[in-house]
Amino acid sequence: MKNKVLKSDNVSAAQNKNVKTVKKKRSRKSFTADAYFPYLCLLPSLVGVLVFFIVPFFVIIFYSMVDNPINKDFVFLDNYISVLKNTAFKRAALNTLTFSAISVPLAVVLSMLLAMLLDCKIPFVSQFRTSFLCPMMVPVASIVLIWQVIFHYNGALNDILSNFGVDKIDWLKSTKGQIVIVVLFLWKNLGYNMILFLSALNNIPKDIIEVATLEGAGSFYKFFRIKLRYLSPTILFVAILSLINSFKVFREIYLLTGDYPFDSLYMLQHFMNNTFRNIDYQKLSSAAILMAIVMVIIIGILFIAENKFGEDVED
Amino acid sequence: MSELVKNIGEAENTLPRSRPKVPLKVRLSKKKQKLIMAVLTLFAAVSAVIFLMPTVLTIANSFMSASEINANYGVIFAESEEGGKEYIAEKINLKFIPDMVSFSQYYTVLFKSPDYLLKFWNSVILVVPIVVFQLVTASLAAYSFARLKGRLKELIFFVYIVVMLMPYQVTLVPNYLISDWLHILNTRAAIILPGIFTPFAVFILSKIMRRIPVSLIEAAQLDGAGEFQIFAHICMPLCKSALFSVAILVFIDYWNMVEQPLVLLSDTNLYPLSVFLSQINSGEIGLAFAVATIYMIPTLLMFLYGEDYLVEGIAYSGGIKG
Repeated sequence: MKNKVLKSDNVSAAQNKNVKTVKKKRSRKSFTADAYFPYLCLLPSLVGVLVFFIVPFFVIIFYSMVDNPINKDFVFLDNYISVLKNTAFKRAALNTLTFSAISVPLAVVLSMLLAMLLDCKIPFVSQFRTSFLCPMMVPVASIVLIWQVIFHYNGALNDILSNFGVDKIDWLKSTKGQIVIVVLFLWKNLGYNMILFLSALNNIPKDIIEVATLEGAGSFYKFFRIKLRYLSPTILFVAILSLINSFKVFREIYLLTGDYPFDSLYMLQHFMNNTFRNIDYQKLSSAAILMAIVMVIIIGILFIAENKFGEDVED
Repeated sequence: MSELVKNIGEAENTLPRSRPKVPLKVRLSKKKQKLIMAVLTLFAAVSAVIFLMPTVLTIANSFMSASEINANYGVIFAESEEGGKEYIAEKINLKFIPDMVSFSQYYTVLFKSPDYLLKFWNSVILVVPIVVFQLVTASLAAYSFARLKGRLKELIFFVYIVVMLMPYQVTLVPNYLISDWLHILNTRAAIILPGIFTPFAVFILSKIMRRIPVSLIEAAQLDGAGEFQIFAHICMPLCKSALFSVAILVFIDYWNMVEQPLVLLSDTNLYPLSVFLSQINSGEIGLAFAVATIYMIPTLLMFLYGEDYLVEGIAYSGGIKG
């Protein structure tokens, strides 16, 4: 590595002999500290990531396969099986999956529509952008009060609906709860996603669109055959981002309903919190690793799908 | 697609000849176009109002007196209260404009109930070190990711991305374990230290630093600049706005934290306001909106001053690859 750096220095310096000699003098002086600087830079961050994420993660893999941290008898997959059989885990996993399966596609499609709306040269674009972005900058905790006022059994939404003859619904304490959190999730995340799509729309080469227009392509064709392909890396990114954020909806649920919400709102994080309280390392680690595996699989599938769909346009 | 590109390429070559062709698409009349624009604008305006409403409501309600809040929302928040309040109404009353603008909520929060300010301070003391140190370590790491080459670097960067993509449900378990070993469980360090090393900032900053033209760096090297000088005098100044936008994104993420304190802190005195606000008891509901508004002031200020940076930062974050 030492040589490599020196070599590259020399290559750039070789164009001018005078510079080379100056360079050598300089580099000999400060070589050790300076040439290693890029490596040293990585050190703090790398050590931190290793200590707080990677190393304990491997310990967790180990923990998930032993019967308890003291005995350390190897039981292979027994912990995983017992987690998978756990009814609370099954409910939490099912609820979380349902929520993500509904909210992620909605987040992608709706934010893309919003971006296209703002891309239409309508007036007040920057004001609209500001108001769509605003929810992401409002702390969840601050806004929860208003959500309670709106979605409570005696709340504003039921009030409005009763004008249309709809019976009162206990939004947060019924199966309708999922609808509420999908709405809250979209409210918060659409702005961020929209910005990503806006910048991607800006990056589509104008000439291709113009040529397509000249060739007589309708806007339908232009959208599905050209724009969508250029947007596909962004669609992938927004999908992954929304997936990660969909796991964070626990915040809203917890702040709205506390530790023990209605069944349909019981998420994986609730399960984890309750397991943390008993400090059951086996259960915790096998559940965490199961989730990590599922995440890797889902993201892998998204990557492969995007590669297939958008391969021609990537540079 | 490649066919289309080819076709387009050919079309471009033959453009002068094909231009006289009448476009197949029927042009919409000016009137219709205007109508469509009006409909789209109206739609955008309605959505904008929906997006802004909850925030505006919260702020508006913070200027109501406690008794007005009780009168408006008593039905909702007074459930657990015994004895009942005289102002509790039958129905809720969603109001944008207070009957009388009153700063009594703020007065009480700021001068009479130190509990909220304490929790606000808890939030600050957790979030500020995370933002500052994450930016420092991340900009260093991003520099080395941008400068170094080779397989090992690629592998490390890939690991960073995987860690970044994992939800809290996964990463909290390793964090808990290591905090337990280091005996920092139930202290602020248990939240701050893993927070500093979250790879999000590294990811965005290294993407931005990779865009710095190599020629610029080579020119600096020719002039005798060392690696440190390149970092300090070329990369950092060029990344100023990016650093600012990353700072906003990291700040808002941690200002919102709920999962980490619940798991890593058992002493509720250390809880940040983001968790504590939901545990406000119904007797103090008159204060809640003022506390909520105070809590959103830092992020809203950042938004007002830094919206363009924020947008830039979000746009940079796009695309996992490259």
